[in-house]
Amino acid sequence: MKTSTLVIRTPEGIVFSQRLAGPVTRFLAWFIDQLLIQVILFVVGLLIGLLGIFSSGIALAFSVIGWFVVGVGYGIFFEWSWRGQTIGKKLFRLRVVDVEGMRLQFNQIVVRNLLRFIDELPFFYFVGGVACWLSPKCQRLGDLAANTVVVRSPRVQEPDLDQLLAGKFNSLRQYPHLVARLRQNASPGEAGVALQTLLRRDDFEPLARVEIFNDLAEYFRAKVEFPPEATDGVADEQYVRNVVDVLYRTRAESGDVKNVEEVKS
Amino acid sequence: MIVDLQRFIANERPFWAELEKMLDHLEADPDAAMSLQQLQLFHQLYERTAAGLAKITTFSSEPETRRYLENLVSRAYGEIHETRDRQRNFYPIEWALHTLPRTFRRHVGAFYLAVAITIAGCLFGGGAIALDPGSKPVLMPFPGLMQDPVKRVQEEEKSKGDQLRGVKSTFSAELMTHNIKIAILTLALGMSWGFGTIVLLFYNGVILGAVAVDYIRAGETKFLLGWLMPHGVIEIPAILIAGQAGLMLAMAIIGRGSRLTLPARLRAISQDVVTLIFGVAMLLVWAGFVEAFLSQYHEPVIPYDLKIAFGCIELTLLTLFLSMSGRRKKEAEDGG
Repeated sequence: MKTSTLVIRTPEGIVFSQRLAGPVTRFLAWFIDQLLIQVILFVVGLLIGLLGIFSSGIALAFSVIGWFVVGVGYGIFFEWSWRGQTIGKKLFRLRVVDVEGMRLQFNQIVVRNLLRFIDELPFFYFVGGVACWLSPKCQRLGDLAANTVVVRSPRVQEPDLDQLLAGKFNSLRQYPHLVARLRQNASPGEAGVALQTLLRRDDFEPLARVEIFNDLAEYFRAKVEFPPEATDGVADEQYVRNVVDVLYRTRAESGDVKNVEEVKS
Repeated sequence: MIVDLQRFIANERPFWAELEKMLDHLEADPDAAMSLQQLQLFHQLYERTAAGLAKITTFSSEPETRRYLENLVSRAYGEIHETRDRQRNFYPIEWALHTLPRTFRRHVGAFYLAVAITIAGCLFGGGAIALDPGSKPVLMPFPGLMQDPVKRVQEEEKSKGDQLRGVKSTFSAELMTHNIKIAILTLALGMSWGFGTIVLLFYNGVILGAVAVDYIRAGETKFLLGWLMPHGVIEIPAILIAGQAGLMLAMAIIGRGSRLTLPARLRAISQDVVTLIFGVAMLLVWAGFVEAFLSQYHEPVIPYDLKIAFGCIELTLLTLFLSMSGRRKKEAEDGG
């Protein structure tokens, strides 16, 4: 069954996944790389042309060799130096990784790049594209031989909830028992939907934004009914913000946090 | 139950930062060695982060935090569970004199198969020319080979001066790059369950056999040997070794008689395939050089006997290298 994620289960029972890159994105990254290769070849050609002062034959010979080395070696060099990324892949946030989550080895990078000779047949990576489309893990023939996949490498950073939730009075917190009931009744999925809606609120059309927060507010009101003095005059979006605040944040308690130094000792 | 995300992040952030720092250090310096204490800390941090990932996946639906932790866990997992040898520093002389010939011998069965296929092609090509000389344009559609051998030899031997003056380097570079591309294609076509590799090897043999019989029938055997041997005794084995690598890939794909999965079979031969193809590239660089600077010169410029003797010496050295080099070191390793 074709899947868009690569799922790896560790011996500890942890499951982590990585999103696979499809053939279209990979083709676009390859196209950028081809443009860059042409630029590099142009620069190399200019430099080698200086040798023509001494001998045009030798200059031409080095040009021929330079073209070949750059064409074949570009992918190998960058994917080895940048742990699975070329310039085109970096732009599209793609990365070559081992299919089992292991460290990428040099021979894997060489094999997947040498097999471009067959993947690019008969033109514009037709064979590679078909193989990628048919493969459950979006692997072209070079990836299959090298046991690699190309994954999306999204920007990863620690989430910042403060910018979303900080600084506002939350009327729901005056009713801790109702807050506890709400935390009990709301599933992680429901809380996640509310949080994501808040994080993406500026992406909605104004009318759609109003409708979606109205629906969410009604949904959470149905789960736990707070007294009117806690909800009257509170806009639907603010109500959802309050709900997310109580779901994701409780008062910090002291005394139970180990720090890294204690673990090290 | 929904995890208190902010408290969870505040508590665990120092551990994630420490793990990320250790991972960045390991990835920047693959040869870095960790002390026992550092290894224990690394493993503890990995387990703690993995537990955090399990918690966030079960009790929270916050995708950004999950993605961040998945990234950390996957990187640490790769470092901890990798059992293959680390890529140590590369020693070219040891690689050339020991690793390459031993890799060749380890898979010599595939090489013999490549030789057999090429010989079959030679017999076919030679037989076709012998029985039907009119098939020459079909078998050898290359302008340089269409000429009558006797006329060609007369022209070559009559020509005065250096016909390749000023272009030998370029010609040599073109030969090297063209032949290396053919070799890589021969290897890569192993992914077609070997059909493509077999076709290329067979066709290579057809051309060789057809050219050989064409010149022998015309009574120009000595010219043929003097022309082909200096570079051919290196170039032809190089293509055969590329075919060997392609057939190794094919056998891994087919997997007959193996209990390993396809990825495991491919992983097992990947290193050896790369070793062989780099060896092939080295041989073809030399062959390209010899073909441009030596093979194209004929009598009276360079006597055929000298070129044939040179070819024989090359062939002997190559045979000794592939069959004997690296044996002493292996025997020392096996002896303990």
